[in-house]
This record gives sequence, C-alpha cells and structure tokens, in this order.
Amino acid sequence: MAPPLSVRLKPLVALVLPPLAGFALLLLIWSLVAMGNSSGLPTPLDTWKQALTVFSDPFYSNGPNDQGVGWNVLSSLRRVALGFGLAALVGIPLGFIIGRFEFLSRMINPIISLLRPVSPLAWLPIGLLVFKGANPAAIWTIFICSIWPMVINTAVGVQRVPQDYMNVARVLNLSEWKIFTTILFPSVLPYMLTGVRLAVGTAWLVIVAAEMLTGGVGIGFWVWDEWNNLNVRNIIIAIFVIGIVGLVLEYALIRLATAFTFDEVRT
Amino acid sequence: MSTLSKYLQIDGVAQTFRTATGDFPALRNIDLNVTKGEFVALIGHSGCGKSTLLNLIAGLTRPTEGTLLCANKEIDGPGPERAMVFQNHSLLPWLTCFDNVYLGVERVFGNHARIDGRAKESKAQLKERTDAALAMVGLTHASHKRPGEISGGMKQRVGIARALAMEPQVLLMDEPFGALDALTRAKLQDELLAIVAATHSTVVMVTHDVDEAVLLADKIVMMTNGPAATIGEVLHVALPRPRSRVALADDAQYQTYRKAVIDFLYTRQGHIEKT
Repeated sequence: MAPPLSVRLKPLVALVLPPLAGFALLLLIWSLVAMGNSSGLPTPLDTWKQALTVFSDPFYSNGPNDQGVGWNVLSSLRRVALGFGLAALVGIPLGFIIGRFEFLSRMINPIISLLRPVSPLAWLPIGLLVFKGANPAAIWTIFICSIWPMVINTAVGVQRVPQDYMNVARVLNLSEWKIFTTILFPSVLPYMLTGVRLAVGTAWLVIVAAEMLTGGVGIGFWVWDEWNNLNVRNIIIAIFVIGIVGLVLEYALIRLATAFTFDEVRT
Repeated sequence: MSTLSKYLQIDGVAQTFRTATGDFPALRNIDLNVTKGEFVALIGHSGCGKSTLLNLIAGLTRPTEGTLLCANKEIDGPGPERAMVFQNHSLLPWLTCFDNVYLGVERVFGNHARIDGRAKESKAQLKERTDAALAMVGLTHASHKRPGEISGGMKQRVGIARALAMEPQVLLMDEPFGALDALTRAKLQDELLAIVAATHSTVVMVTHDVDEAVLLADKIVMMTNGPAATIGEVLHVALPRPRSRVALADDAQYQTYRKAVIDFLYTRQGHIEKT
C-alpha cells in the first residue's frame, strides 16, 4: 500500500518550504520599507508589473542608449566571456609554470601578492589610456580581475599533485608530455576549475561596476541609466537579473567541476 | 654465472638525509646480492630504512655512499626494468584499471627505443598484453572500472598487474599488502606465489609481517633498528615450493624459520617506541 499523499509530500515540503519562507520574508520587509517611508522605493507589486513590461520585449533596440534588457545582459556576458577567456589563456599556463618551477614561483609571487588586492576598477583608466576605447577597457578590467584566481589555484594544484603519482611517472619513466597529459593535467583540473569558478564570479561582480563607468550597452550601464531616469523599478529588476545570471553561472561551473573531480582527489 | 648469482648487487651503500635539524643517517654498510629468480623479503621495524633501501633499488633516490648494480649496470635512476608496486597502490584515479596498466605497457613495449632493442609493438599487441596482465590477477571483469569503484584488494591487484605487465627484470614491492585485511592479504599472497612461480620473477619485497616473509621468500633480510640501520642477519628459507599456507601451518621447519625471525625482531631488536 502506498503511503498517504501527505506523507509522500513531506520531503518535498521540507525542501521547498524554507527557501519560500525566506523569499516571503524578503518581500515583506521590502513592502514595509516601500510603504513606510517616502523614499520612493517601489513596492514589490509595482516592480512585478514593470518586470512584465520589461520582459515582454527584452530584445528591442532604439539606438545605442535604449535597448532591451536581453541585449544588455548579452553585452555584459560577452565582455565577461572575452575578458575571462583571455585571462584563462594567459592565467592557466602561467599557473602551471609557476607551480612547476620554484624559481619562477618565487619570482612572480611577490608581484601577484602586490597586485591582487587592488580593485580591478583601478585598472580601468590604464585600459582607457592603452586601448583608447570604453569597450576594450571594460574587457581589460575583467581580464585583470579574473586572472588572479586562475593563476593562484592552478599553481596550488600543480604543487599539490600527490608525490605518489609523480613516483609512478618516474618508475614508468614517462615523457614530460605524457606526465602532463596523464598525471599533471587531470590532478590539477579540479583546482583549475575552482579558479575558473572564482574568476567568473568576480568577473560578474566587476562588470556591473565597470559598465557604470564606461557606458555603452550592458547591464551595469542599464542600472546607471535608469538611475539617471529615476526609474527605480528597473534598477530593482536589474538587481534580480544580475543575481539570477550570477547564480546560473556559478551553478553551471560547480556542475562542471564535480564532473571532473575523481573520488580520490575529492577528499 | 656471475651475473646470475649477483643479479642485483648492492655494495657498501649508505644513505644520509639532509633535514632541517641536521643530517639523518638512515642506512649504513648495506651489502646485499640478489640472484636472478630469487624472492627476497626485507623485514624490520618501522623506521628501519627498509623502504629507503627499496627506493634506492628503484632508483627513486641516490645513495650517499656505495654502489647499486642491476645486471652489472649501475642504477642511476628509475626505469621500467625495475617495476614497483607501491604500498598505497598509486593508481591514477581518472584512468580505468585497463588504462592504468596500459600506461606502463605502452611505455615499455609501444616505444621506438625499447630497452631490449626489439621493434615497437602494435596497439592490438599492447592491448593483448594489458588484458593478459589483468587476467593474471583475476580482474578481467573490472578492467573498465575506475580505481574509486573497486575494493582495496582489487586496487592492489591492479598495481601488481601494472608492474608485471611491464615484464620487469626485478619486481619491487613496498609493503604491497600492508593496508589490506588479513583474509584479502592471504588470498593475494597465494596469488603472488602462483604468479612468481609462473613468471620466474626476481622480487624484492618490503614487509613487516613475519608470516608473509617466511611464506613467500627464499631469503629474509632482517634489518636492525634505525637510525643508521644495516642488515642484521640474512635467513635462507629452504622450504620447498610450491608452498601451501595450510600445510606449512604445522610444519616444524616453517616454525623454526618463523621463530628465528621473531627472535631477531623482538628479542635482539626489541623496538623502543619513541613518544
């Protein structure tokens, strides 16, 4: 006999209830603040209605300064992809080299330690100066902010390759290339993917701020533009959009990382 | 004849490690000869340098003093002719059992510059060798599993298959069954006896198990306690082969050998635990 419906639904309720309660609380506080003072913060319902309008036509284009939210998100993602991709091309090989050679590690580590704490936005003027354009400057900023986690995590991964595996390589007398493809790369991969995940997360944080400064099309610029229009509802919508896109990126990369992590490395 | 009787030749080897707190003498005055086809067990308390000695034979480390020769050639680095079975199996977790074994096979037989000078073998031949090695340790059914999906005993068998598939001149084993439960250990010891009998391998095995040493070895090399450990005594085990653990259990000669090793380990080299 199947258990009654109420019993079967229990795990589902336990799974869904706490997050729903959390969002309900958020909406409640938001409504109270929106009603309670005269700051002009729109209510959740107002924002929802506006969101329906915004998402009814996400891909309209009325010139460079008035485009649908879809175009804005895609432009931002394109910049992130470009900046991040270039950073991966440079950062991951650099991480391998730093991890493998003690001398280079000691040569480059102080530079990384010095530059890493600097806000990536501080590099924006340098980008504007060198590349003479807002778009490449924004990509440059993303490049700078996403390179550090990839270099550092890859290097740590290389340094933590278990000595046992390297002994196997030595006893089997494998070539450098074979060592790289069968031992070094697979055991560094989980560390590398952690670096990639951190890099994409940071890049998505930074792109909003960078676009506020550079203008053009992009979700960050959209936020700033709507602030100039005093359209706070759209700003709140943008916040949710940024959050959801960030969440999706993070989730996708975690799934990717789990697929490439093997039992005995996972510990 | 001299190459046969002194296949592995260790003369006056000493090993001193440089540590932060000063030099640490691990081994001194090691003289040992291993005949082709001989099974040698290195036994001693932990920290007596038996693994250090095995690493020297493997070529993973170089001695501070003395020489090591294998087939009259100086051991100046690791090589596939001295295959090693590691204590913690050291299989690559991202490769299947087949691929783990294939890695060594490919290196030895799929290479243009083969050690024995013969032509490199085809992919099919390499695959056949790998399958044969896995069949020898009874793991044909698990060849497409990853190490994470099989038991500890099976992993150790893959490690043995990987070493044997390379047809090494010397098989080096570093406490290969140390991490296994008693029943699995007994089963693998019996399998190893059968494999060694079939392949006439020369084996140097590190162990801390007295019964394992007497059951498997032709020669038991007993090491004194470290630091600066050396060979305390060498016991020749003249038990006839094939050996059966059940028949040997109440064999008087077996008990004599066992007693001799225990006497050396616990009476003369009684281990003082440092806390």
